[in-house]
Parts: sequence; C-alpha cells; structure tokens
Amino acid sequence: MSRRRLFGLAGAGAALAGAGATIGSAISSQQAEPAREAAAREQAAQEAVPFRGPHQAGIITPAQDRMHFVALDVITTDRAALVDLLRRWTRAAERMTAGAEVSPLGALGGNPEAPPADNGEALGLPPSQLTLTLGLGGSLFDGRFGLASAKPPALADLPHFQLDQLDPQRSGGDLCIQACANDPQVAVHAIRHLVRMGFGTTSVRWSQLGFGRTSSTSTAQVTPRNLFGFKDGTNNIKAEEPDRLRDHVWVASEDGPAWMTGGSYLVARRIRMHIEIWDRTSLAEQELIIGRQKGSGAPPGKANEFDPTDFDLTANDGRPLVGEIAHIRLASHEANGGVRILRRGYNFVDGADGTGHLDAGLFFIAFMKDPHRQFVPLQRALASQDTLMEYIEHTGSGLYAVPPGVGPDGFWADTLFG
Amino acid sequence: MPRAIERSLTLSAATLGATALLAGCAGGGGGAAAPAQSDGSIAVNASDTACEVAKAEAPAGKITFQIANRGTKVTEFYLYGTGDRIMGEVENIGPGLTRRLIVEAPDGGTYTTACKPGMVGDGIRAPFTVTGQASRSVDSNARLAEATASYKRYVNSQIEALVPKTQEFVDTVKAGKVEEAKAQFPVARVYWERIEPVAESFGDLDPKVDGREDDERGPGESFTGYHRLEADLWRDGLKPDSGAIADQLLVDIKDLQARAATVELTPVQLANGAKELLDEVATGKITGEEDRYSHTDLWDFKANVEGSQAAVAALRPVIDEKDKALGPTLDQRFADVEKLLEGYRSGDGFKLYTELTDADKKKMADSVDALGEPVSQVAGVVTST
Repeated sequence: MSRRRLFGLAGAGAALAGAGATIGSAISSQQAEPAREAAAREQAAQEAVPFRGPHQAGIITPAQDRMHFVALDVITTDRAALVDLLRRWTRAAERMTAGAEVSPLGALGGNPEAPPADNGEALGLPPSQLTLTLGLGGSLFDGRFGLASAKPPALADLPHFQLDQLDPQRSGGDLCIQACANDPQVAVHAIRHLVRMGFGTTSVRWSQLGFGRTSSTSTAQVTPRNLFGFKDGTNNIKAEEPDRLRDHVWVASEDGPAWMTGGSYLVARRIRMHIEIWDRTSLAEQELIIGRQKGSGAPPGKANEFDPTDFDLTANDGRPLVGEIAHIRLASHEANGGVRILRRGYNFVDGADGTGHLDAGLFFIAFMKDPHRQFVPLQRALASQDTLMEYIEHTGSGLYAVPPGVGPDGFWADTLFG
Repeated sequence: MPRAIERSLTLSAATLGATALLAGCAGGGGGAAAPAQSDGSIAVNASDTACEVAKAEAPAGKITFQIANRGTKVTEFYLYGTGDRIMGEVENIGPGLTRRLIVEAPDGGTYTTACKPGMVGDGIRAPFTVTGQASRSVDSNARLAEATASYKRYVNSQIEALVPKTQEFVDTVKAGKVEEAKAQFPVARVYWERIEPVAESFGDLDPKVDGREDDERGPGESFTGYHRLEADLWRDGLKPDSGAIADQLLVDIKDLQARAATVELTPVQLANGAKELLDEVATGKITGEEDRYSHTDLWDFKANVEGSQAAVAALRPVIDEKDKALGPTLDQRFADVEKLLEGYRSGDGFKLYTELTDADKKKMADSVDALGEPVSQVAGVVTST
C-alpha cells in the first residue's frame, strides 16, 4: 500500500506563508571561486593524510571523492597469523597513505625473476588524500580467536528493517577496510594490495566502489549531490564540531570495552535507487519527499542551504512546509530524540540489472558511537514512514567496530590484539 | 652471518617480518656518528635534506652500513645495483634512531646509495663502488644443476606412465567400450596434467593433445586429442573417425616422449612451471573449463598441484639454502590444498565438477591463492645472489 496520497503529495498550487521564498527555486547559489583558492584546493587534494593518530583517519577526514570498500572473512583459525597480517597491513597502509609503494622493493626494485611486490598502478600518482580505515565485524568475535568476551554489545547484529532485501553475499564480513581517496586508482591500488597480502589468511567477501562523495564532513566542503540529484549531507556532523563528535561519534571510556575507547562504529548499507521512476517524478513531488529545495538545498521557506530547518513553518492552508513524512523530518535529530550520526557515503553505479536498468544507488556509510541507539531507531522511522522507501531498497548491510587510531609503535586493532 | 638470513634482504616486505639481521636501535640523540666505525661498518648520516655516506667504496662481499637519522621525517636507506635493482634496504628509520644494514655484494662495480626521507621519491643518491670480486659458492650452482636434473627424472617417470595409460585408453576407445573408456580418461590425463608446462613448451603439441573445441585453428588443423575424445564419449557418441583420433593422440604422446628426452630446463623454468600449473587450476579447473563434457576437472586439479609440488620439491635444496622460511610455508600450503581436495573424493576418483557448490569453489580458490603466493616467490628466491 503506497504511503502517499493517491494523487501525489504535491497538491494543486499550495500558496506559501513565510518569508516569500519560492519552493523549487532553480537558481543555483554557486559562487565563482577565486583562482588562487581553487589552485590551493587542488593542491591539498593531492596531499597525504597522516595514518597514525588518536582516531583512525577516514572518519572526520574531509570526505574524498572516491571510495573502495572491501569486506573480508578470516579463513584461518590461526590467531597468530591474523595478528601478523594486521601488523603487515599496518606497515603497508602507512606507506601507501604517504604515497609510497606497498613495500620498499615496490614495482621495479626487486629481482626481475620475482613477481613485483607492488603492481605499480599507482606509480607517479600523489597520495591523493588516501585514508585506510579498518573495521571488525561481529562475526570475528565468535570462538575462533578467543575474542568472544571482548565483543562490544554495540556489535550485536542489526535487526531486520521493513522492506530490507539484503543479499547475504553483500553483507557482513569478519573485517572491513574502507579506502577513500581523490583518485579512484589510488583507492583501488590500496585495497588490491591489502587483499593480496591477505591471501591464506583472509578472503574477499564483497567489495564496493563508490564515487562522488555524498556527504561533506567539513565546513570547508561544498555539499555534493546524490543520485536523486539532491544535496546530501547539509545537516551532517562536521569535523569542526568537537562537542558533537564527542557526543555522537567517538566511543568514550564509559561506553564500552576499553579497547574501543577512541573508536567508533561503522554502519554500511548498500541502498539501491530506482532512478528510472525517480526521474519520472515531478520536481515538486521530489522536493516534498526529500523536504528540501533541489537547487539550493535550502529547507522549504528558506533561502540558503545552511539555514536551519523550521519544521513548524506552514503554508496558507496550514499544511507544514516540511511534510510530516518528508525525509529530512523523519531523519532529523528533532524527531529522533537528539540522535545524530556522521554520514560519509558515496554514489555507486554497478553495471546494469538485466532488465534495462542501471544498478545505481547510495553506498551509505555512517559513523556513530552506538548503532543500536542511533542508526536503528533512525532506520526504523524511515523504513516505516518515509515515502523515499518506494524508490529504494537496502540490498546489503554491514556493521563494524572501528578501533581507535594507531599509536607511534602500534598496529591496527592492537588495543584488542596486542 | 648465515647466508640464508642475508638473502632475506632481497625479499618483499611481506616475507621480511623482523629479520634477525637488523640490529635494533643503536640509541637516539648521542653525538654525530664517527665516519670510520671501529667495527668496519660505514656510517651514514641521514637528514631531511642530506645523505652523507662516510665511505663511497668497499670491497666485494658483505658490506655493513650504520644509518643514523638526524632528520625529522621517517627515512629509509637503499643500496641499488644496476637498473635500480635493490641489493639491500632498511626502512622505517624514525627520527633520532640508528639502524644497521648488512648487504651481500659479491660482484665488483658501480652501485648507488640512497636515503629516502619521507619514504617517497627517488631519494638522495650517490655513487658507491664495490671493488674486486667475492668468491661465489660452488655449492649453489651444483644444487641448481641437481634440481633441474631431478625434475627431469620426474618428467620422464610421468611420461613413462603416460604412454602405456594412453595406449590403454586408446585401445578401449577403438574397441568401442564407452563406459570403460570414460573411467580411463581422467586417469590417463593425470600424467599429462602433472607435466603440462613441459608439454606446452613445445608449442604445437599442447593444442593437438589438449586443445578445446572452440580454439582457433589454421587450415588443415582440426579438433583432436583428449577433449575431442571426451566430447565423443560424453556428448556426441563415438564417431567413425574416433579411432583415428585416438591413434593420433598416441602418436602425439609418443612425440612428447621423444622431445622431452632432450629438453633442457632452467631453474627459472621449473619455478615458473610450478606457478603456471596453479594458474591453470585457477582459470581452468576451479571454473570447470577444462573438462566441459566429462566434468572430471578435480582429477586434473589434483594432478596440476602434484606437478607443481614436484617442481618445487626439485628446487627445495636451493630454496632452503637461500630462504629458510619459504620451504615450510610451501609444505603447509600444499598440504592444505591436498587436504581440501581429499574431501571431495568419490571412490578412487573425485566428485564431478557439476556437484560442486559456489562455497566449494570459493574454498578451492582461497586455497589456491594461499598456495600461489609462496610458489610465485620461488623463482626470485632461487635466482637471488
């Protein structure tokens, strides 16, 4: 049963109260960027992001343009082999994020009779702000490695949500690694080499490429658009908001097992979008479903993207300008008891689905300190009420504990394995 | 210093781990390192902008460098040979730390030292001369010669079984005994699949003996060999020319026997053959591509792995001499694959490919990946100086 009224949410010619701004303004508010600033920004996009620190990179790092995400299963029961791999991965990750080859011998410096240590597809490419972020799935904490008692309660499986169509082959995994960079070749090179190093210890379960970051995680970034054409991530937790990060993203010592202090939890959802029926939806309807103006990203009744949303504004006929089941209302912290999450997702198009349609959508990634108190109620609210659900399906899901950052002499996940 | 540990300097970082070779930090902030170390090592003063190597020359043999990082960035030190071949390196020297590098350079000539502050780029380079010539071990060459001789004996023993087994199969086909021929087909092929790289080295033989129905063929060439008979037995029924095809197969197998008697193989060819047998498994057997009509791919899979193991075993004395850790790793990974395959037994043979699930194939792929990595290192190890 469709949630929307029979003839669509957009009534006929609703007049508006409020400041006189028009819904559906098509005027983009992009200002011309001075050439000097543009050049500085392009230079910064090529630089390196430090690998070590109190938190793992790739969470509050300003979102890069491209992503390669891999979920792996551990195929040995030898804990020492797993720890050895984590150490070697740490060394490789530190090198690759600095713009170096995966190991000193690299592509060309070894014995010609031996396979190159580095395949070389990143030769000559700058670091491109590559970040590599490791997560541990709940399945890792079964009996195999003696970790059962260390499993955080927050890693309990996510429940089934209404309308989920999850493919087990695109879900779960003992480990995950998120590679983000401004150059897709750099992100792919990193994942490919970590996968190769893992042969015999880990095996790829599934992997996802993404482009066109769908969130800005820094106030310095312009909000990008998702494949529904809407600015996505306006009302996101930003790197420049330490209080919000403390309250919603970083695990504090009182939150859970000591080994997770300074870490976070990563929820990944592969959200397929039915872009064909979306493209046949009127602009007015789209804006009512989302609850923002498509061009500027401004909330209804406001002029600018970052104007706070006034959920109480009404039209002349008393109907709220932000619909009762508009996406941004259902997802807002106001409607969810103050719940906020840090979103950091990417668009994807994975070929076609065999019925003449592109397999396109949003690879949703969000970081938070307690997925069961944050993501779960949010998704429940959306799944049961959001009209947007008619245009999407969740086809994959992953929940991972992201350990704290790596110290000067440490290795990935050493607070758990060290 | 034991040779095997020195050899590990030329390995990829993945197998380096913590080599016993790198004496730990010699302590940070003391005074400048003296240029002529009392232990004969060559001091290197590395900073963010300089790489001062105390002496630019050393006699051939074992050369020791002592690298002190006076800079603010993590640095590395390399000794390069011709064409930027890395003779030795030490990485991850933090600011204020000192590391030692021992390199084996038996050949005189011009080399290059390099410091790489920040771990990227070409580094700060200078020429370094190695004088004279160090004696090489005679043992090494003798071991390599014995390795190729040993593998040749293996190849001959396989061919000595391949010929009569093929004869038996050919006779059964010509007698029209289809069910019996089907049982003999995968068994005869085992001896072929074990030594396939050797057969492939003769260029024209493999297409005639082991070609697929849809291979490109020149004028005058037709679909012959094992898979043509496989198609007759399992899909199309025996044809008027099946007997002639069977006769041709035996002719071609005997041709292989004659040619293999005179083939000269190098250690690198042995090592590459071992690796290629596993590539075959990955692309032909785990996919079910090889035996499209009989689905007897698991027989071929096991034979390919056995052949790979035999080539590696022939090289084992050389591997052990140059890298003590690689042999045991290879043993373990070969054992893992064999144990996995044993789980798919059916009587004396194996389950058919069509009985495998996706999960079965994934396990097989994982085990071949795990084995393929160390096998691919063998060629580099046996040719390292």
